[in-house]
Amino acid sequence: MFKLIENRMIVPNLHLLTLEAPEVARQMEPGQFVIVRADDGGERIPLSVADWDAEAGTVTVVVMNVGSTTDRLASLETGVSVPTVVGPLGKPTEIEKFGTVLCLGGCYGIASIFPIARALKEKGNKVITVIEARSSYLLFWEDKLREVSDKLICITRDGTKGHKGHVGRLTEIIKSSDERVDRMIVNGCTFLLKRGSDMSRPLEIKTIVSLNPIMIDGTGMCGVCRVTVGKTTKFACVHGPDFDGHEVDWTELLQRRKTYMREEVIPLRTSRCEEHRITSSD
Amino acid sequence: MLRPLRPYGRSSDRVLAMTGQMEFVMPEPQKKKLDLNRRDMPKQPPEVRRHNFDEVALGYSPELAIEEAKRCLQCKKPRCVAGCPVEIDIPGFIKCIAEGDFAAGTRILKDKNCLPAMCGRVCPQEEQCEQLCVLVKRGGQIAVGRLERFLADWEADQGKFDLPKIPRSTRRKVGIVGGGPAGLTVAGDLIKLGHKVTIFEALHEVGGVLIYGIPEFRLPKVIVHREVEYLKKLGVEVVTDYVVGKTRTVDSLLEEYDGLFIGSGAGLPWFMDVPGENLNGVYSANEYLTRMNLMKGFLFPEYHTPIKEHKRVAVMGGGNVAMDCARTALRLGAESRIIYRRSRQELPARLEEIENAEEEGVIFDFLTLPIKYIGDANGWLKEIECLKMKLGEPDDSGRRRPVPIEGSEYVVPMDAVVCAIGNSPNPLVPATTPGLEVGKRGNIVADEETGKTSRDRVWAGGDVVTGAATVILAMGAGRKAARSIHEYLRSL
Repeated sequence: MFKLIENRMIVPNLHLLTLEAPEVARQMEPGQFVIVRADDGGERIPLSVADWDAEAGTVTVVVMNVGSTTDRLASLETGVSVPTVVGPLGKPTEIEKFGTVLCLGGCYGIASIFPIARALKEKGNKVITVIEARSSYLLFWEDKLREVSDKLICITRDGTKGHKGHVGRLTEIIKSSDERVDRMIVNGCTFLLKRGSDMSRPLEIKTIVSLNPIMIDGTGMCGVCRVTVGKTTKFACVHGPDFDGHEVDWTELLQRRKTYMREEVIPLRTSRCEEHRITSSD
Repeated sequence: MLRPLRPYGRSSDRVLAMTGQMEFVMPEPQKKKLDLNRRDMPKQPPEVRRHNFDEVALGYSPELAIEEAKRCLQCKKPRCVAGCPVEIDIPGFIKCIAEGDFAAGTRILKDKNCLPAMCGRVCPQEEQCEQLCVLVKRGGQIAVGRLERFLADWEADQGKFDLPKIPRSTRRKVGIVGGGPAGLTVAGDLIKLGHKVTIFEALHEVGGVLIYGIPEFRLPKVIVHREVEYLKKLGVEVVTDYVVGKTRTVDSLLEEYDGLFIGSGAGLPWFMDVPGENLNGVYSANEYLTRMNLMKGFLFPEYHTPIKEHKRVAVMGGGNVAMDCARTALRLGAESRIIYRRSRQELPARLEEIENAEEEGVIFDFLTLPIKYIGDANGWLKEIECLKMKLGEPDDSGRRRPVPIEGSEYVVPMDAVVCAIGNSPNPLVPATTPGLEVGKRGNIVADEETGKTSRDRVWAGGDVVTGAATVILAMGAGRKAARSIHEYLRSL
C-alpha cells in the first residue's frame, strides 16, 4: 500500500497527488512514469511523474480528471493509501548537453516537463520552457519552471497571459528569437505532442515526445501500448515513452487512445445518475 | 515379465531413455482383472458453461476418486514418476486415495509439489505421467491429474492445511524475481529447507500466468490465491508492485541476498506482420487475457478495467492460449473462431482443451491464414482477409508444411482479432543486468540441469529462459534451480 501524502486541485480539474513510494522515488529519472491503481478493483493507468523526493521517499504526479480512474484518484482524501504505485517505468528522457533545448508542456505536461527542464539545465543546456493552456487560470508551476529555465514563455488561447493563440504560435516564437533551437521536448496531451511535432518539422528541430497510449502492466507484457514509429511497431512502456515526434504515426495513436472512450465514461455516468436519482427521490 | 515398451522415437521413450528405464516389470502376482475404465470427471454441460466463467470441470467425488485410484497397478518401478517434472511419488499418493486416506495422500503429494490444485488442473498430464502409465497402450491410463486435483481440493474443503515441519532457519536469503509458477516452486522448495525467501512480483497479484493468463473457467483464481496463501503461511515473503530491473536492479538485490532466482516470464507479444495489426479491435492474447483475468474485465464496471463486447472474434493460433482466448470470447457472447494455418491434427493445444472448445461451440477454420486486417474510417477492425492453405511436405518440425492455395483469398466481417502466437521472454532483467548472458531470442541463458546463469549467484528458469512454454515445465525448472541454490547455500 502506498500512502497519499497530498492531494489537491492546483488549477481547475488538474490534481496534484504526492504518494509515498520510497523505492520508486529512489530510482526515478526524468521522463519516467508510474502505474497507479486508485482502489482494489481499479484499473492500472500510467502517469507521468512530475517530481520526486528520494530522501522523503515520495513521488508526485499531476492528473487531469477525465475518466473513471482519474476521477477516483482526484477524489481520494489525503492520508488514505492506494494499492499500486509501481515504477519507475519506461526509459528516462535522454539528457545530454544539446545546446539550446525548448521544453514544451501543456496540461499535466506542464508538471512532467519540470524534472526534464531541471535535468537539462543541470547538464548545462540553455533551457527555454513554453507552457500552454486555454487561459491564464489554467497555468501553474510558473515559479518552479522559471527557476530551471533560462526563459519561460506562456501561450494562452484567450491571451490572458503571454502570447495569444495555441501551440501554433510556436513557429513564430522560435523564428523571432535569435538563437537556434537544437532540440525540442514535448510533454502533454496527444494533440499537443502532435502539433508540437508538426511545428518543429519544417524548422528541422529534433523533437522528442512522451507518448501516452493505453497500458495495462507497463512492463512489456500485454502489448496494448504499441505505437508505430518510423513504420515499425514499438511498445511505449519498454521502448518509450519517449520517441521521435517526427516519426510517430499520430492518426493511429489518436485512434488507439479512443478504444475505450465509451467504457471510460460508463462508470462515471452510472455513478452520477445514481447520485442524481438519490437526490431527486429525497 | 519383461518386454519392450513400444517403438522408439516417441517422446515418452526419450524420457525413459534418459532415466534408464527402458523396460518395466509388471507387478507380480497379478491377480485382479485389469480395470481399463478411466473414470470421467464430471463437467458443466457445454450449453451451460459457454455462458458462465465458472470452472468447467467439477472434479471427482471421493467415490469416483477411490474407484479411479484402485485401478492403479502400483508398479514396482513406476514409470509415471519419471514423466513428472517435479518427481511426485505418484503411486504413493494414489495408494492412499485407494485406501481412503486422503490426508496421507495429500502429505505425499505436497512433499514434492506445493501447488497441487493448480498442477492438477493445468499440467499436460497426457504428455507426462499419464503417457508413461503402463495402461496407456490399452487406453486405460490412470487419471493422475484428476486424482492430484481431487486431493488438493479435498484438503481445501477440510478448511485447514497441514503445514510441513520447517527446519531451523539457515539465515540464508534468496530473492525470487517473478511470482509465477517457476518462482512459486523455488519459493516452496527453499522455504521448506529453512532458507529465507522473498518473492518480488511486478504486478499487483502473485501468480504470474496463473493469474493474468489462464482463465477463471480453467483455473479459478481462488485456487491460486489459496496456494499462494499456503506459501505465505510457510513463511514466504511476498512483495507486489515491484519491478526488478526498474524498482531495483539485480545487482542491488545481490548485495542483500545470497542468491537470486529470475523467473520473470513472458515479455513482448508476437504479432504476425499482417497489415492492419494496430487497428482498434486487434489484441495480443496477453492483453485480452490480462484484461479478463488479472483485471477482471468480465465484471466491468464493478471492476474498472473495460473489455469490449465484440460480436465476432477471430483468434489466430492453435495453442492452449488460443483456446483460452476463443473460449473467453465465447463467454463474452461473441461468435468465436480459431483461425489456424494447419489442420486439426497439428493443433499444439491439449486435446482436452480442443474438445472443450469444440463442445462449447468455438468455430475452427483450419488451413486458413489471415493476410490483411481491414479497418473502418475510425480505425476499428471491420473485416479480415484470409487465404486458404493445403498441407504440403513435412517441415523441420516434422509437421506438414501449410502451402497457400492461389486465388483462395476471401474477406469476412470481423470485430476483433486476438493474436495468440506466442511472446518473447521478458526483457527487463536482461536489459538491466550487465554480464547476464542472453540468447538470440532475448532469453536468459541458463543451465538446463541447474538453472545457473552466467552471473554468479543468479539462477533462472521458466519462460524467461525457454520462451513461452507450459506451467509445469516452468515448475520443473524451478525445482531444479531450487536444488542447485540449496546446494550452493549449504556450501557457504
